[in-house]
Amino acid sequence: MHRISDETIDYVGILAKLELSPQEREQAKQDMGKMLDYIDLLNELDTEGVEPMSHIFPVNNVFREDVVENGDEHEKTLCNAPARKDNSFMVPKTVE
Amino acid sequence: MELMSLTALELGKKIKGGEVTAIDAVRDALSAIEAKEETLHSYITVDREGALKKAEKTQRGIEAGELTGPLAGVPAAVKDNICTEGLRTTCASKILCNFVPTYTAEAVLNLEKAGVVVLGKTNMDEFAMGSTTETSAFGLTRNPWNPEHVPGGSSGGSCGAVAAGECSFALGSDTGGSIRQPSAFCGVTGLKPTYGTVSRYGLIAYGSSLDQIGPVARDVADCAAILETIASYDRKDSTSVNRAGVSLWGEEGSSGGTGADGYDFTSALTEDVKGLRVGIPRDYLGEGLDKEVERAVFKAAKLLENRGALVETFDLSLVSYAIPAYYVIASAEASSNLARFDGVKYGYRAEEYEGLHNMYKKSRSQGFGPEVKRRIMLGSFVLSSGYYDAYYLKALKTKALIKKAFDRAFAAYDVILAPAAPTTAPRIGESLTDPLKMYLGDIYTISVNLAGLPGISVPCGLDSRGLPIGLQILGDCFQEKKMLRAAYALEKAQAAEGETADAQLENSISPDKPRKDFRMQSSRKCFQYMGLGRRDAVLE
Amino acid sequence: MSKQYETVIGLEVHVELATKTKIFCGCSTAFGGEPNAHTCPVCTGMPGSLPVLNKKVVEYAVAVGLATNCEITRFCKFDRKNYFYPDNPQNYQISQLYLPICRNGGIEIETVAGKKTVGIHEIHMEEDAGKLVHDEWDDCSLVDYNRSGVPLIEIVSEPDMRSAEEVIAYLDKLRLIIQYLGASDCKLQEGSMRADVNLSVREAGAEKFGTRTEMKNLNSFKAIARAIEGERARQIELLEEGKAVVQETRRWDDNKEYSYAMRSKEDAQDYRYFPEPDLPPVVIGEEWLAKIKSRQPELRTEKLARYKKEFDIPEYDARILTESKHMADLFEAATAVCGKPKKVSNWLMVETMRLLKEAEMEPEDISFSPENLAKLISLTDAGTINSTVAKEVFEHIFREDTDPEKYVEEKGLKTVHDEGALRTVIQKVMEENPQSVEDYRNGKEKALGFLVGQTMKAMKGKANPGLVNQILREALKA
Repeated sequence: MHRISDETIDYVGILAKLELSPQEREQAKQDMGKMLDYIDLLNELDTEGVEPMSHIFPVNNVFREDVVENGDEHEKTLCNAPARKDNSFMVPKTVE
Repeated sequence: MELMSLTALELGKKIKGGEVTAIDAVRDALSAIEAKEETLHSYITVDREGALKKAEKTQRGIEAGELTGPLAGVPAAVKDNICTEGLRTTCASKILCNFVPTYTAEAVLNLEKAGVVVLGKTNMDEFAMGSTTETSAFGLTRNPWNPEHVPGGSSGGSCGAVAAGECSFALGSDTGGSIRQPSAFCGVTGLKPTYGTVSRYGLIAYGSSLDQIGPVARDVADCAAILETIASYDRKDSTSVNRAGVSLWGEEGSSGGTGADGYDFTSALTEDVKGLRVGIPRDYLGEGLDKEVERAVFKAAKLLENRGALVETFDLSLVSYAIPAYYVIASAEASSNLARFDGVKYGYRAEEYEGLHNMYKKSRSQGFGPEVKRRIMLGSFVLSSGYYDAYYLKALKTKALIKKAFDRAFAAYDVILAPAAPTTAPRIGESLTDPLKMYLGDIYTISVNLAGLPGISVPCGLDSRGLPIGLQILGDCFQEKKMLRAAYALEKAQAAEGETADAQLENSISPDKPRKDFRMQSSRKCFQYMGLGRRDAVLE
Repeated sequence: MSKQYETVIGLEVHVELATKTKIFCGCSTAFGGEPNAHTCPVCTGMPGSLPVLNKKVVEYAVAVGLATNCEITRFCKFDRKNYFYPDNPQNYQISQLYLPICRNGGIEIETVAGKKTVGIHEIHMEEDAGKLVHDEWDDCSLVDYNRSGVPLIEIVSEPDMRSAEEVIAYLDKLRLIIQYLGASDCKLQEGSMRADVNLSVREAGAEKFGTRTEMKNLNSFKAIARAIEGERARQIELLEEGKAVVQETRRWDDNKEYSYAMRSKEDAQDYRYFPEPDLPPVVIGEEWLAKIKSRQPELRTEKLARYKKEFDIPEYDARILTESKHMADLFEAATAVCGKPKKVSNWLMVETMRLLKEAEMEPEDISFSPENLAKLISLTDAGTINSTVAKEVFEHIFREDTDPEKYVEEKGLKTVHDEGALRTVIQKVMEENPQSVEDYRNGKEKALGFLVGQTMKAMKGKANPGLVNQILREALKA
């Protein structure tokens, strides 16, 4: 049985940038524990010597040539911005 | 509205022949939408004016002889996780509630080039995470066969819209069964192509190594024609496979050909299945599988056998490992793919926050729904320091073994026949209470994505409650044609069965009187449930 | 401080590659332009966009790997490095962790202490981040993604360096190699070369390494040297006080000459790397590798030897000329035009260096064309202008890349060879300076110089000094 500690949930919250309410937290601990228990099923499987498969097909070397294709796209880039200023995205201060 | 009970190809033919116009078709679709949306809610956004304008332009193109394809003038819906320039694309999430893409997905561009008119964007589970279309931030979609039931998911809006005649066909996306399962629940035909066949450029990623765009339509021929239109080798998608190539995986790599013979999927639409080897995985049967569904699958198998196919059951193995492996891989990729939704560049930003990280956390916590959060958290956890090998690497190894199991199966069989889901569409609200149980419902569809295979979901009857049952035909990678041939033959056999009025068989699975084919049945049934004004015209 | 301490340093050097476009999209890498002018859905992390690898990036990375004696990974992959920061539009960086493109290399450096090899642990390809500008007015930060997706290689050294001097020697060598390959201009000030310093101290003779810190924000050789001294002192002080060094990332403030911990509780430093599903692996086959090898340009050591042999120029000069790839290219190109290696070398070594120093510029900043330098040399050789005029003209070439032929013509700077005219002027000079004429005639040789000077002045510098001398002597004898 996986018991997910408060620390773990807090840590995952930092990694995933999610803030949970106390109820959500308890639910998340339970849900994640259950899922991990279920995922533990994989441990039954002998994968000794099996190459992990990240890409399904042996396709490789997909390239583009070093040729400029795009023009000035700043309006398209910025048109969905929640906050913008001086053709830039505006965010809360990143330094103290 | 009669136009919306035609298949896309039938409608295309009428438009091409000048019997009706693209504008008539769009108007029919829009009035169906108008009549049914209040109940069904298949769409998140309907682009009335845009569609009508586009239809006029398309009609001119058809009359000028510029648009000659079989789908020219046909109105279609697009799942709301596929980018459409100038048309809001939300992924059914609050976090993208105001996002208007500045470019159009390659698959939709391909449709537009063929003269297809986009009507709007269909509802889905938020970020395609779910099997019921109940996790949409814009409210759930109802199954047109019975509005008390879910349409399945995550492409529930697309499949529902096709079933209800709110479009001629639709695009969906399939990461773990998201086209095939709702197609089965809605009694329509949906196809998930081999990974790399349809460009993912413009598809908002959930699980990048698993996602594929595919058609949802009224029959197999439509699916083949739509796939032929949307499939392309796209240099903007590095995982796109050039299927027009000759050699099998070129020496120096390049993006080499596949040895598969191109994109002319419609050439596979022959009824000849003599000698076709069909395998049914024994591990998919029995426990957990609804008896009515099982019977319907076997009935379909019998139909193929009657036409000369060689059907047998076999052990696929590893079936129970597909779901855990899938949830590790898909959640991990999702945790990374969905990191970009942070309130900086687009979409929702929380109104009140203190500092950067608080802005991230508030925007994301308020912007994502519970299921999405659940998967992001799981994905972040399995990738975190100290757990990567135990979970992620283990899942990738499991994936390799599952792929091998399919390789073995396809050495023995041309296609695999399987149920699309263990049951028919559940009632609204039944599934979300236990996420794990909901995940288990994807057992027959998920391994296909892990192995990159193509799969098509074909209706195969109704259960005792009058809900559609679907089965899947799976092909080996790049063997869509074999799969389409089997599906086409099955569909024809079902229609012929209907014509001979084999009441005995029919009665065992459906309270309804024998019918000519499922497609027509689907539309009629829907209209009946919706209590629509023009149903007399449809109900003979 | 009673104990003796040894400093152990490893570097992580980021180099911006000199491609025309970004690593995963067709946006320009050019500097300047309005914020976000060089952006597209890919390099701003728009939903649904996908990366496609720039082939040139792989070739540059392999070229640098070959030139630094690395093994080239024949089957390499990209991985995602996940962390949230607004300069990183996807909130993950596409980088390489598990199978970097180059491994196990090293380069030889030379310091007063002698020669030694600094090992290169690996070189990997990755994408650069955008730029954050802090806006005091609105108390916020502004994000510009023009640099987002500019290709980088990160060169990770072994902890083989022991002093600031060795670090500078290593960086200088690396810079030269990469510049010679044309893979980057490697300008520290402009950020096209950036070094993070991993530093630890240990008691002299100890086997185990101490706990290291990583220092960022070092944008000049001087800052690097100061940061190494500062961090060494800080760590030794901690150890002397019986405290432990904390493994952390620190930001060097070159004004305050102190480093600050960059820690934050929101900064888990757990990057959750996993294979990038959107990019297929890169396979570097024999044929491709051979092609890249065959295109490797001559590196500095080879060039040095060739200059001495082919152009017969002294070792010292050859060293200065090859100190910068740009300078060496200029030298060869000008020589090819005028065929006078020694004269070209002279102009570069003396006047060019003087003007660079005056303007506080680097050799990479030289902007004049080799053709104009060659023309200037031809003009001087032909006697069309004299050396004083030539120096004046060169300043214009240096600053504005002026065409010397046109300039000399327009300004009327050609040396006057007309004897008649000269004699008239000399006559006048002699009349105006009777004392000097007298002095010369009384045997004061020095007075001749004054008269020559006066003549040149009257001729506005355009006279042929030899001719002036000759005629003056004749006139004075008369």
